[in-house]
Amino acid sequence: MTRVYDGLVAVDHIDLDVEEGEIFGFLGPNGAGKTTTIKMLTTLLRPTEGEARICGYDVIRQPSQVRRVIGVVFQDPALDDRLTGWENLDFHARLYGLGKREREARIEEVLRLVDLSEWADELVENYSGGMRRRLEIARGLIHWPKVLFLDEPTLGLDVQTRRAIWEYILALNKREGVTVFLTTHYMEEADYLSHRVAIIDHGRILAVDEPRNLKDMIGGDVVIVGCSDPRPLAEELRRQSWVKGVEAHGGELSIYVDHGEKKIPEIIMVAERLGVSVDSVLLRKPTLEDVYLRFTGRRIREEAADAVEKMRNRAMRRWRR
Amino acid sequence: MNSAEIQAIYVMWLRHVKRFVRARSRLIANVIQPFFFLAFLGMGLRPINFPGLPSGLVYLDFLTPGMIAMSVIFSSMFAGLSVIWDRQFGFLKETLIAPVSRISIVIGKTLGGSTVALIQGIVILIAGMLLGARISIPGTIPALIFMLLIAFFAVGLGLSIAVTLKDPDAFSLIMNLLMMPLIFLSTAFFPLESVSDWLRTIMYLNPLTYLVDGLRGFLIGSSSIPLAVDLSVALGLCASTTVLGAYMFSRSEA
Repeated sequence: MTRVYDGLVAVDHIDLDVEEGEIFGFLGPNGAGKTTTIKMLTTLLRPTEGEARICGYDVIRQPSQVRRVIGVVFQDPALDDRLTGWENLDFHARLYGLGKREREARIEEVLRLVDLSEWADELVENYSGGMRRRLEIARGLIHWPKVLFLDEPTLGLDVQTRRAIWEYILALNKREGVTVFLTTHYMEEADYLSHRVAIIDHGRILAVDEPRNLKDMIGGDVVIVGCSDPRPLAEELRRQSWVKGVEAHGGELSIYVDHGEKKIPEIIMVAERLGVSVDSVLLRKPTLEDVYLRFTGRRIREEAADAVEKMRNRAMRRWRR
Repeated sequence: MNSAEIQAIYVMWLRHVKRFVRARSRLIANVIQPFFFLAFLGMGLRPINFPGLPSGLVYLDFLTPGMIAMSVIFSSMFAGLSVIWDRQFGFLKETLIAPVSRISIVIGKTLGGSTVALIQGIVILIAGMLLGARISIPGTIPALIFMLLIAFFAVGLGLSIAVTLKDPDAFSLIMNLLMMPLIFLSTAFFPLESVSDWLRTIMYLNPLTYLVDGLRGFLIGSSSIPLAVDLSVALGLCASTTVLGAYMFSRSEA
């Protein structure tokens, strides 16, 4: 699929499959083409080239069937402030053609899922940022979608709220069995939530795999061992086939291995055989940050800060009005 | 049309009306201007006898239908402004990805905007009557239908303008630069017969002239143009802007 805006290629021939029931993370910096991809998949934008199918429906030729099976939570809030939480959900349920009894039962159910039942009759303008997000997630679920699209679900939220949203996302994936397609530029988010991650930059997909495999591509983990007598241990470890390298710094050894958590017992066994006592063990795993750095040649964090800044400016502009 | 589409029309209407009821300041702001015109101009110019004013009628009688038309037009066009706000606040996307036809959404918006406009028109009508305007009571029934036609026309126009704009301020500017002169150059404030030939030509070219004149014909039993002509123009305008608004809206991307 490709989308060109005025000669600028926002999404460049991407090709991917998302499995039913999985949480699929779309990781990339701002302007990488994540939102454009979501807009094309949710029928809001026409691809310039290529095609996509959702539950077998073509996003270009069968937009209304596609709209029926998807739920979307946009990056920018899309709630009506002047209506209550319940009314926002009711509006949605009616647009999706739910009957009266069905509607009421389902609204209560999704409100409970995101812990907003007590706030149902409050106007949305009195909701906090996290509550709005939760309400939007609830709304996206009302019509029993097969696929839920979440565009930067925790952008601009504080750490606790972000954690809470993550738990809601995991819960709904499990309880409702809904496939989740989420975009994010937060490494921890992609890592924590996704069964598989695609790394996208400049409109191209650079890698698709499970977060663990992506991190393994970096060249494994570092096990840092503090011990009484590092030198013989280092020599012995260097002879093991599964050790990629050993560095000694004072009383500590940095041991480079794959699947570090599985190698810790072996390292300790080697130490015991030599009669070396182990004081401490630290496992440092590569993060998706390292993976991202490797694929794009730069860190994502600097750009993330810009995004938050932009969001804040926009909020200020709205507030002044 | 199936029940889901009807449900969608209903919910779009409901939202518009609910928002209106909750935003009381907007109601007052929209009604206050025509009301002041009515009260101050109607009272202040009471002794003046305009040429073309039918005998037995005073300026207040003449002005009341004009101010009703003005408030209906302005209030209806604000339905367009609500589309721009929805786009700014992101809510538009919620309606654009719903599995209902865009036509239903436009119909719902049109009905919602028109309902609100009609309420405001009725407020001005009652205000005019309280100030002493002599209104034909049997005429109010066809007048309400005529007000609805005016509302459909103005909602359609407002939507057509709104989908091409991203900025609410630009919309307000257009309202002031386009609609105010059109209102003044219709027969809302003074009769066709009272102006010079060249101004009368402009007034005849102004579609609002026919809307105001038709409403006046029903409400005070006096119109400068035959009612059949007013009605035909109103129906034509109403049909064309509604279709245009629906077409423009259905093509818009979030």
